[in-house]
Amino acid sequence: MFDALFPHGIAPYLIGGLVMGAGVALLYVATGLVGGMSTVFSAAWSFVSGAAHFAQPRYVGSRAWRLVLAAGLVLGAALWTLASGQVVPVTTVPVSLLLIGGFVAGFGARMANGCTSGHGICGLASLQASSLAAVVVFIATAMATAHLVRSLA
Amino acid sequence: MNAAGLTPAGWVAVLVSGMLFGAGLTASTMVRPEAILAFLRWQDFGLLFVMGGAALVTGLAYAIAPRVMREPAFATRFGVHPSRFDAPTLVGAAIFGVGWGLAGVCPGPAIAGLGAGNWPLLASLAGMLAGAYVQGRWFGRDDPGAPAGAPAAR
Repeated sequence: MFDALFPHGIAPYLIGGLVMGAGVALLYVATGLVGGMSTVFSAAWSFVSGAAHFAQPRYVGSRAWRLVLAAGLVLGAALWTLASGQVVPVTTVPVSLLLIGGFVAGFGARMANGCTSGHGICGLASLQASSLAAVVVFIATAMATAHLVRSLA
Repeated sequence: MNAAGLTPAGWVAVLVSGMLFGAGLTASTMVRPEAILAFLRWQDFGLLFVMGGAALVTGLAYAIAPRVMREPAFATRFGVHPSRFDAPTLVGAAIFGVGWGLAGVCPGPAIAGLGAGNWPLLASLAGMLAGAYVQGRWFGRDDPGAPAGAPAAR
């Protein structure tokens, strides 16, 4: 039963999750900032777009630290890959699906004001019912979609 | 405008926070769309421990820090996650899930995946930027009174 649910065990998942949590916890204790990752996309547009939506203080006032945080993600992933010697296999998901999936996920995350990190980690961590509802909804539609894609492939 | 009014040490803390997040995403194999899709297709439920472990540590910090610290170490105010129980949150979450299920990529891994050398995720990153633009430009809600999740909102 356990092997069927967790064919790779739970250690890498739990350890990775705890390290991610340490990052979000450090961000809060050090700076008081609360943030998932999806807002960085709207905040980045505030640099180049004159549209009123992107000129809001919540984007203009946070874009600098959000970009630094995103740079940290790339750097941390690179350092972990180098230090662990673990080679991440390049994905075989078709580029068209990656692009379309990214577009839909980006649109939805910004509409919901949060994604797997904003609602799934920060929202759940602050015990917000709206985030719990968002997590239940997006896991449900994602499971339905992933099953559908596999049955069509 | 100096976002968040951070001290230099605060900026370093933001970078290190991101590095921990990126390292954790890589260690947990979430930078592989295949690992996400294995969860969504009920082949490996490890993702629950990633999200649960991260939320647990984060929750402890959110609960304890404001009680034992007057203010953050390198800033002046503890922020809150600006979440609202309304239709856009639920509809947006449903749409987000469809995109997540199509490719197995969400924003964190799309960014961290580049550091891990998973180059095709650049396509997802481009898609997310485009999706965020279309959402904000033509469907965005402006709520200047909402908390920005950042001390900059003062």
